[in-house]
Amino acid sequence: MSAQTKQFKVIGQRLQRPDGIDKVTGRARYGADIDAAGMLHGKILRSPHAHARILSIDTSAAEQLNGVMAVITRADFPTPHKGFEDVQDNCMAGDRVLYDGHAVAAVAATSKHIAKQAIKLIKVQYQVLPHVTDVEQAIQPDAPVVHSGLVSRRVPKGFSENVVRYSSFGHGDIETGFKAADAVLERTYKTEATHQGYIEPHACMASMGLDNRADMWVCTQGHFWIRNMCAGVMAMESASLRVTASEIGGGFGGKTTVFIEPVVLALAKKSGRAVKMVMTREEVLRATGPTVSTMMHVKVGMNKAGRITATYAKLFYQAGAYKQATVDFGAMPAFAPYALENVKTEGLDVITNRPRTASYRAPGAPPACFAAESAIDELCQELGLDPMEVRLINAAKGGTKSSYGPTFEDHGLIQCLEAAKAHPHWQAPLEINQGRGLAAGFWFNFGGETCVSVFLNNDGSVTVTEGNPDIGGSRASISMMVAEELGIPYEQVRTTVTDTGSLGPNEPTHGSRVTFAVGLAAIKSARAIIDEIRARLARMWEVDVTDVVWQDGAAHYTGNKAGTFEPLDLRQVADIANNLGGPIAGHHEANAEGAGVSFGVHIADTEVDPETGFTSVKRYTVIQDAGKAIQPDYVEGQLQGGAVQGIGWALNEEYVYGEDGCLQNTGFLDYRIPVASDLPMIDTVIVEVPNPGHPFGVRGVGETPIVPPLAAIANAVSRACGKRQVDLPMSPPKVLASMQKA
Amino acid sequence: MQYIAPTTSAAAVAALAACNGDARLLAGGTDILVRLQADLVEPDLLVDIKHIVACQHITEDASGFIIGAAVPSAQLGEHARLSQVWPGIVEGMGLVGSTQVQGRATLTGNLCNASPAADGVPAMVAAGATACVVGPNGTRQLAVEDIPTGPGQISLANNEMIESFSLPPRPPRSSDAYIRFIPRTEMDIAVVGAAVNLTLDETGTCIAACVVLGAVGPTFITVNAAAEALIGSQVDEAALQAVQNACSTAATPISDKRGTAEFRKHTAGVIARRAAIVAHSRALA
Ligand SMILES: Cc1cc2nc3c(=O)[nH]c(=O)nc-3n(C[C@H](O)[C@H](O)[C@H](O)COP(=O)(O)OP(=O)(O)OC[C@H]3O[C@@H](n4cnc5c(N)ncnc54)[C@H](O)[C@@H]3O)c2cc1C
Repeated sequence: MSAQTKQFKVIGQRLQRPDGIDKVTGRARYGADIDAAGMLHGKILRSPHAHARILSIDTSAAEQLNGVMAVITRADFPTPHKGFEDVQDNCMAGDRVLYDGHAVAAVAATSKHIAKQAIKLIKVQYQVLPHVTDVEQAIQPDAPVVHSGLVSRRVPKGFSENVVRYSSFGHGDIETGFKAADAVLERTYKTEATHQGYIEPHACMASMGLDNRADMWVCTQGHFWIRNMCAGVMAMESASLRVTASEIGGGFGGKTTVFIEPVVLALAKKSGRAVKMVMTREEVLRATGPTVSTMMHVKVGMNKAGRITATYAKLFYQAGAYKQATVDFGAMPAFAPYALENVKTEGLDVITNRPRTASYRAPGAPPACFAAESAIDELCQELGLDPMEVRLINAAKGGTKSSYGPTFEDHGLIQCLEAAKAHPHWQAPLEINQGRGLAAGFWFNFGGETCVSVFLNNDGSVTVTEGNPDIGGSRASISMMVAEELGIPYEQVRTTVTDTGSLGPNEPTHGSRVTFAVGLAAIKSARAIIDEIRARLARMWEVDVTDVVWQDGAAHYTGNKAGTFEPLDLRQVADIANNLGGPIAGHHEANAEGAGVSFGVHIADTEVDPETGFTSVKRYTVIQDAGKAIQPDYVEGQLQGGAVQGIGWALNEEYVYGEDGCLQNTGFLDYRIPVASDLPMIDTVIVEVPNPGHPFGVRGVGETPIVPPLAAIANAVSRACGKRQVDLPMSPPKVLASMQKA
Repeated sequence: MQYIAPTTSAAAVAALAACNGDARLLAGGTDILVRLQADLVEPDLLVDIKHIVACQHITEDASGFIIGAAVPSAQLGEHARLSQVWPGIVEGMGLVGSTQVQGRATLTGNLCNASPAADGVPAMVAAGATACVVGPNGTRQLAVEDIPTGPGQISLANNEMIESFSLPPRPPRSSDAYIRFIPRTEMDIAVVGAAVNLTLDETGTCIAACVVLGAVGPTFITVNAAAEALIGSQVDEAALQAVQNACSTAATPISDKRGTAEFRKHTAGVIARRAAIVAHSRALA
């Protein structure tokens, strides 16, 4: 039966989330809630310079302070396993600090207060070096160099050594395409770095025995990766470190890597005690991974009929102090919504004296989409074309060769555009100083390494153990899929996120993968249980296993001795399982393949105050293909959350660096994420074009919704104020200045 | 660090005087506790004024209102008479933080924290408010406008405290307004603030006015040229344009993470003009 025609009993319902009551009553344990007896408090000393050589570190006064149990510097770390050098250097600086906030030393003490005092007693001598934080400055041939010798072979000549990687994608011949155009638009766009803005700061507690075996409790999106990275940085065996993930107050990609965790381990090792560390908001902003800042040159050709004849983009992504591949994930999806004959994109990875960037929801795609969709929108204005029709004319379909190479399977972009066109929002009248912006966006989605076990308990209830911290409601969705497959009520299933000692490796909760990949593995585990039950009952009934079928939550005999055997439901099976050979469980380990791509279309209405440049978002609608929405509340939450983060990125969020290369806005007062009153209710429409790669048709939905909003808002503001916005964030001073320009 | 909560101003002032180290007053704590957390201050003594009876109430008599130094913003907003007579002062403090913060934050703390961007201060200055200051040698009255002297700096001695504020009696057809510009809609810090206090005669002519800007200089800025433009006018377009120009000219902002100097000068005029329109319509009501 195909996913489209299948009648679901559990899936698609808005069932109660299993973690809801715990979270609103305070019973849920987050990173900072985990304590141990005799635990010490850790604190990190951070660089006040953007770039400096460390001449000496004197820790003696800190060590002598009463209550200080350990002081560490880089000298206390072992040579890391191969491939973990950058991670270690980012967690604790070696002979140079590479950005404001880079860790230099750490202490563990019997109280937070003593730890804070001890930090102040550490004396560091720095030789300040020239720094660079801006992407445009960093690529100039005479720019201060962050790391020498990293430039890979394909990087074109003419840049400083900070341009370390080059990638390119596309097909056709863009020059021919541009010649065929009636209008060609060329623009340079810029975006500033933004932070994921998760509400819960990083927190971690760890202890290590004399045998060097350790346990860690941590707020993370992926404890298996935390384990692997800590093991790499601390030169340990993975098996000797057991990591348990806490509940998580947001991650958005920023909690898929380590910052404080190896430091806590090193402190635990040196002190012989359990050590806990909780970052302050200032530390989160200065020293964890924001996303890239960018400079992007884009050229698009279009004919009078609205057909895009060629597209070109050259993207410079500032990735922080270490080499990254984020720019590839801008260059690939930039023009993915369109079926193009001629497309070329180039990505250049630029290092600077800024914190090492981390993933942020569809990492790399939102800036590129902003540039691409802005250029298309401006061409529509220039040629007098309807932006919706132009997108429909050019939309990629199943079978289209994508802008980054592979050919698309069936997906729902056309259906999303049709739904957007039919939505009352698209036709609603606008008032003075208002403008409407449209943008389409794409994200690949991902499957990856996944291990799940499902157990039939003695009373017939079902336990699902999986290894992915639940950020978007995955425990509910996974329980629902298992319940659907087994034909039992949702309430009979409990899904638990287990520690790294209980399952094989799982990639983090990233890549919009969990409902797809863990769901798939859970369904296959449930099927393994069903098959085991069928086999055992066939033996008991002395019938052929093919005559035992699992239907509506029970085993039925369908052979020619029909009527002889009563159907047995899951609880009845559990009751006799022991006599039939013992416990019943199913498990599945695989790299999940077949994650379907997801497209989204956003419509934004903004109003710009002509006297101040202040933008208010009046109306906002997200339309997205979810394949199949397992729990629609959660899907809508993802669509709304992505839109809101994108609105923040578009309007007011930015890292502000001073002349000294230090971050100036290290708190939520001046790092301006949108507050509730800044936003209209975000309207959502879920389109369901099933993903052929999942039994129920699921596509990941977590990342696509942050891809279009930068462009949708920029297009809306540009139309509202009559001036094309090419520089994010569109903060009031910038918008006003653009309006005052002749 | 020691914490005390005396019940009289005299006891509070005595404790300040007796302390050898760094002694600080604590009203709502929404500034000082944040600074303490951030290690920006490390006081030896914290003197909480919330238990001092003279600091706790809002009273009105023939000589105007008296607002106790520990009265939080929420209480200002719930006071119907004060909100009717001095809506600008109430709305300035009403912009501070969130509902939770307003349950604590006071005018006193807002003034004595001496942030250039303090939302409670411009309307107090425009109102001609005075502070009742208690020190070791007794009590003195000090104009609010004489208290802030620079960012984080005030003219009170370390052993003095504000016990209350007085607002002058109000002629008929008087009102005030405070508007701030922020890049968001709340939970933000003023990029520009403007208070206008004015009185009209029976014919609608403005006979008294005071225009005060916030966040565009080291302390608030009183713009006399803007007040002069209003006085004698019907608060018409010409007067409003003159207010806008005068305020843009008078503003002396710096460029920082909150906006360029150019933007702030321009917006100071826009916001002052809007505040004048609101104050005017309230005075007519
Ligand atoms: C989340 C948040 C949002 C905020 N938003 C805003 C905003 O939008 N606008 C704004 O202007 N401010 C804002 N603030 C700052 C703060 O809330 C205000 O300045 C508030 O008015 C301070 O009052 P308080 O009573 O809490 O002061 P406290 O913190 O108690 O004291 C502040 C200063 O005044 C001194 N002081 C206290 N009492 C006396 C006294 N009796 N005599 C002399 N000195 C005294 C203290 O020693 C201290 O130096 C915000 C703060 C927070 C935490």
